[in-house]
Amino acid sequence: MLLQVKNLKTQFKVKGGVVNAVDGVDFEIDRGEVVSIVGESGSGKSVTSLSIMGLIPNPPGKVIDGEILFKGEDLLKKTKKELQNIRGNEISMIFQEPMTSLNPVFTIGKQISEALIKHKNMSREEALKKSIEMLELVGIPSPEKRVKDYPHQLSGGMRQRVMIAMALACGPELLIADEPTTALDVTIQAQILDLMLKLKDKLGTSILLITHDLGVVAEVSDRVVVMYCGKVVEKGTVMEIFERPLHPYTEGLLLSIPRVDEKHDKLFMIPGVVPNPLNMPKGCAFADRCHRCEEICKKEVPPLVEYEGRQVRCFRYLNHKEGKV
Amino acid sequence: MEALLEVVNLKKYFPVESGFLKKSVEYVKAVDDVSFKIYRGETLGLVGESGCGKSTTGRMLVNLLKPTSGEVRFEGKDITKLKGAEEREFRKNIQIIFQDPYASLNPRMTVGDIIAEPIKINRLAKGEEVEKRVLKLLEYVGLASYHRNRYPHEFSGGQRQRVGIARALAVNPKLIVCDEPVSALDVSIQAQVLNLLDDLQKEFKLTYLFIAHGLNVVKHVSDRVGVMYLGKLVEIGDADSLYDNPLHPYTKALLSAIPVPDPAKKRERIILSGDVPSPLNPPEGCRFHTRCQSCMEICKKKEPELKDVGQNHRVACHLY
Amino acid sequence: MELNREENVMLEGGVEKTSSPWRNIWSELVKNKAAMVGLSIIVILILIALFGKYLMPYDPNTGVLAESLQKPSSAHIFGTDEQGRDIFSRIIDGTKISLRVGITAVAIALTAGIIFGSFAGYYGGKIDMYIMRLMDIILAFPSLLLAIAFMSALGKGIDKAIIAISIVTIPEYARIVRGSILSVKENEYVQAAKAIGNNDMGIIFKHILPNVMSPIIVRATLGISTAILETSALGFLGLGIQPPQAEWGSMLGAGRGYFYNAPHIVLFPGIAITITVLAFNLFGDGLRDALDPKLRK
Repeated sequence: MLLQVKNLKTQFKVKGGVVNAVDGVDFEIDRGEVVSIVGESGSGKSVTSLSIMGLIPNPPGKVIDGEILFKGEDLLKKTKKELQNIRGNEISMIFQEPMTSLNPVFTIGKQISEALIKHKNMSREEALKKSIEMLELVGIPSPEKRVKDYPHQLSGGMRQRVMIAMALACGPELLIADEPTTALDVTIQAQILDLMLKLKDKLGTSILLITHDLGVVAEVSDRVVVMYCGKVVEKGTVMEIFERPLHPYTEGLLLSIPRVDEKHDKLFMIPGVVPNPLNMPKGCAFADRCHRCEEICKKEVPPLVEYEGRQVRCFRYLNHKEGKV
Repeated sequence: MEALLEVVNLKKYFPVESGFLKKSVEYVKAVDDVSFKIYRGETLGLVGESGCGKSTTGRMLVNLLKPTSGEVRFEGKDITKLKGAEEREFRKNIQIIFQDPYASLNPRMTVGDIIAEPIKINRLAKGEEVEKRVLKLLEYVGLASYHRNRYPHEFSGGQRQRVGIARALAVNPKLIVCDEPVSALDVSIQAQVLNLLDDLQKEFKLTYLFIAHGLNVVKHVSDRVGVMYLGKLVEIGDADSLYDNPLHPYTKALLSAIPVPDPAKKRERIILSGDVPSPLNPPEGCRFHTRCQSCMEICKKKEPELKDVGQNHRVACHLY
Repeated sequence: MELNREENVMLEGGVEKTSSPWRNIWSELVKNKAAMVGLSIIVILILIALFGKYLMPYDPNTGVLAESLQKPSSAHIFGTDEQGRDIFSRIIDGTKISLRVGITAVAIALTAGIIFGSFAGYYGGKIDMYIMRLMDIILAFPSLLLAIAFMSALGKGIDKAIIAISIVTIPEYARIVRGSILSVKENEYVQAAKAIGNNDMGIIFKHILPNVMSPIIVRATLGISTAILETSALGFLGLGIQPPQAEWGSMLGAGRGYFYNAPHIVLFPGIAITITVLAFNLFGDGLRDALDPKLRK
């Protein structure tokens, strides 16, 4: 296992109380694998990725429990200095906004070189040479000229390519991509996803993809983790999740997306909204919106149940260890 | 079928001034000679990537932007030349729903006041009547009367979008321009808002111009769909025929790029190379030729006209 | 109609609030302790300005030269100035004028600044250019020099001084207003206001200005002290307030020369100005917060 997250809990202190943004999350990523965390706003998917990177702003946030084992070592026990040596070197991250994640006052060559000089002890010239190689790798035409460009001279898709070049420059073993294509147009999104998968095969990097777009998930992932209100509600391979979703939330999500390949008169609708994180319901967080809600769901929080070799957080599968529901 | 609105040779050029004393002026051709019709009671979808001019087109229809040239005929009358009282009278007929539910509501006004404002401005009701109408509108969009005195920040994105819809409905419009109404919302909330728009269309016999970049959403809501690229309408036709049988190479690429939430379906994807060229200096000839896989010599020189290929399907491409 | 209304059950039912917005703002302001302290001081200052003559132990304008520059004592609790006048009495007497100068000068400058700034920011183009160039011209001169120039055109007197001071401070407000308006003008709610048929005045005053008031209120409360000090500077040059009329700013100016020997001469008027500015500032901050629905409970 490259990365194992065990019982991760991250809290935020806000006006009016404490929000359990990530509330006991477990999952793992193997070498060369693409694992997606899907969820809507407030599900805790981004906080999970920031926790792994050690980038939770403290205060108001804090990882209060759990382990994040990267190649067997707990990242939560590392010192600030040790983490800095891992970040951008062994684990790197790309963000949603290619417009704001690049520093406007430095050339892109300088920004890619920075990590190389720091982590790989390269000289300025070596780093610049490597930067040009990286730009070529991510498909930027005439990289030796582009390396001297400033971010504003590039289009959105180009900037995301530069971000990927930057993230992969040191040859990380894990790449965390937080909504990498959300801000991009659909044809550019296709280019970037295609590029990420090609680079994954070429460099053997594992990818943790954070997204709300189930279409993207279906196209690129090996395994999927579905989150709702800070908890994992379902885990499985991409086929399992999309062919036969177990949790009513996953089921509802899949049904509520308009499809190009099918025609429905009315969309399936998950009623209501995500509960207020300061005022979470007593039982299952999804109970109020669930079309399969039962008495017990409103009283107790369901455990993560093993069912047909998969994991799902729903009472429906508790008493039916195997077989039909 | 009767056209409720007809757009004829619509153009919008934004001047970009540069140089000392703003001497040299170039133009961003955001919308460049676009014509189409919207029929009464239908939903026309308008898709395209950022910078293709779809939102600019929408804003010209609501008269938020004045066209550089061309006509927007609403029920036969050119609205771009209206002024003063006549313009205000007309505005009632076409309303707009915005993309960002966080930016489209005045944070200092209560939801009730936001919805009441268009009623008061257009003198559609007086005194008690205004309040009654506000409560009725809240009900139409699925909000409760106790929401009346709350402020926008107390609502979730989906609920704010409902408020925006109620505001648009307040003046009994005939046409609503929906400018990316669900792109900023979560998947589960998107479905709620799309279903609401569908219900309201049937209830009030509304006509929609639905602008979006999410092709799946557009397919779901639209009767007909137009595809824009760099300020030009490149293809327009019935939604089913356009999605099943796209003709323009750009439409083909666009459709093949949509990720489908079904891992079992691995499709052949057309990956376009490069980026959309700058609208400041659009390519000569067909604007798509720089990225087109079926580009011919003529495409680089002559701009293709929008040609009828039968069954309400029109396409601007030299291949046809 | 088959509208799915059940999806709205999530918001717990609340009691219908029907109180007026002004009452909401007031009840919010009352909860803010700092703002209430500020308001209390302002009320006290106004009372002093109105009824101060009954509190003065001595005539503020006649001094006994033999008792000049005395340190605070039981006879003169704030001491005496270089002409032997009782500083306590003079401070009380000066309250009226200082408050009037501070408040009116800021009010005039603020109103004009909002009008110029709004028009420049909202309409842009030529209107913006003409208004802002005019503002730049005013800013290009040292403000005191320009005020003196205005005074020489308008004539002497406190009212004229106030007008001169307001004119030279208009650009500061106009710039803040214009900048804030530019930042919210492109918001979709402004577009929405246009789409439902608002005219320009409705858009500026109902939809834009309420959303840009925060920095303006803060600047205005700080502006009160500047106005007091600048008016006194004019008085120092013999243009605004004429001696022997007591006024905090001129007391501060006149006392400068005795700073080392008798610091109390400048200390007490200084404290009076500070307290006034602080009071307006606290109140202004509270007002800003109370006007923002996002900060209300």
